[in-house]
Amino acid sequence: MSVLNAFAAVEDSPPVFDVEKVRADFPILHTMIHGHPLVYLDNAATSQKPNAVIQAIVDYYRRDNANIHRGVHSLSQLATEAFETARTTVQSFLHAVSSSEIVFVRGATEAINLVAQTYGRQHVGQGDEVLITAMEHHSNIVPWQILCEEKGATLRVAPIDERGELLLDEFATLLSPCTKFVSVTHVSNALGSINPVKLLVRMAHSLCIPVLVDGAQAAPHFPIDVRDIGCDFYVFSGHKVYGPTGIGVLYGKAALLEEMPPYQGGGEMISSVTFEKTIYNKAPHKFEAGTPDIAGVIGLGAAITYIDRLGIGAIGAYEHELLMHATQMLAEVPGLRVIGTGREKASLVSFVMEGIHPHDIGTILDQEGIAVRTGHHCAQPVMDRFGIPATVRASFGLYNTKEEIDTLARCIEKVRGILS
Amino acid sequence: MSELRDLYQEVILEHAKSPRNYRVLATPDYKAEGFNPLCGDRCAVYLSMKDHVIQDIAFQGSGCAISRASASMMTQSLKGKTAEEAEGLFQSFHGIVTGQNAANGNHLEIGKLKVFAGVAGFPARVKCATLPWHTMQAALHGEREPVSAE
Repeated sequence: MSVLNAFAAVEDSPPVFDVEKVRADFPILHTMIHGHPLVYLDNAATSQKPNAVIQAIVDYYRRDNANIHRGVHSLSQLATEAFETARTTVQSFLHAVSSSEIVFVRGATEAINLVAQTYGRQHVGQGDEVLITAMEHHSNIVPWQILCEEKGATLRVAPIDERGELLLDEFATLLSPCTKFVSVTHVSNALGSINPVKLLVRMAHSLCIPVLVDGAQAAPHFPIDVRDIGCDFYVFSGHKVYGPTGIGVLYGKAALLEEMPPYQGGGEMISSVTFEKTIYNKAPHKFEAGTPDIAGVIGLGAAITYIDRLGIGAIGAYEHELLMHATQMLAEVPGLRVIGTGREKASLVSFVMEGIHPHDIGTILDQEGIAVRTGHHCAQPVMDRFGIPATVRASFGLYNTKEEIDTLARCIEKVRGILS
Repeated sequence: MSELRDLYQEVILEHAKSPRNYRVLATPDYKAEGFNPLCGDRCAVYLSMKDHVIQDIAFQGSGCAISRASASMMTQSLKGKTAEEAEGLFQSFHGIVTGQNAANGNHLEIGKLKVFAGVAGFPARVKCATLPWHTMQAALHGEREPVSAE
């Protein structure tokens, strides 16, 4: 019995996250910037790519390059198999029921536009409402504005509080029989706040309103289970999960995808074409007109396999340590105010400094080799909410270290010296 | 580090801290708003003219040290200049901050504004320096839509 318990204890203890080993997988991390080792803290904008991803793309072009589907020759079959294997990899990453629920698109932005222009155009009409939150990225605002303008519908916005948390009561109040669609971010890119999406979906579903969850900032950081969340659509971008740019994913419940009209017309999305009538292919192919970004899909598959190997749970736990450390270190910098102090946060810290514009901070940090993002982070309404023009955002990924955060804090202290 | 000192010269930091002509003109002859969509910087420029000469010029807005100092020093340089001279000065200034005419003696013409030469080492910051000038130009051209530094 005691022996069994001892084994259980060993099995239960979280695997040690060997960040130095991880860093060795990312060639760009050895770059020097202005004579300093690169400290890359702009992961919410895009993540760096491990060798496994770079190699998968190189291998595809050097060894397997061919157009996919319908090819009878060997290379086409190899490419098709690699492409569809990646779809299955994404399916299990999101815990979707079927790989046919995984549509490859250019990124989260295109995925949201796709849903707005297909499901949205079909179901949102004059006098209807679409509900989003005050912490959305522009990519989850503008597609709905375009739709509402076209249809004579109204875009409603659920407010957030001073911490940057969604006000659940207000969200509930804004749900009405007029609401035809809800689109919410899983994690705010400017604040880091994690929304209780499972709860939001339950609230919307009680009024039979479908929900899209924008997972661009969530997918790199914690496990995503679309069945548990219960959402109708889930979107994310490949380049933020250590995959290539130009590729992203739309998950949609099979029944919804089947019922939706196509997004773009062309090859691949059809079953048969005559000048009189075209019969569309089934989902997901119905939404994948034209030759897709095959290398991108294969690269994304490699990125997810890489994440799976490290364990998304272990990654999330490690990043949470980084967040705690950064929050503590930055709190000690005089005149620094963190924007986004929600109780549930992903691993990023947005901040402003009294009397110093974020842009100046960004330039000075860059001279020290530190890459942060400064500006409105494509979330201008969030900046307006806090009455600031911009913030500095340090966002952490699985290869960042506490030492890098210490360097950040030390160099922020220097900023004041230079600017005064 | 020395590049940073070139960018954040004392004169620039002093103007950024206490910008001159940072106010609204109640009845300007020309007025325009500018903004930089990349960083969210905003700037409004007001001009009053008499006999084609800039009698008064003022600005307001939010921005980084470079854009505030640039706006402040622009207002100082343009008082008493004609619209044509203002355009000419903008061209020289643009040359200085992009490093395009550092060698051809334009420094003399733009006087104090040469402290912005350090901006040329930071291509991402050129738009910060030129936003007030673009806005001034838009005001003189009577443009109604906010001008973008893009």
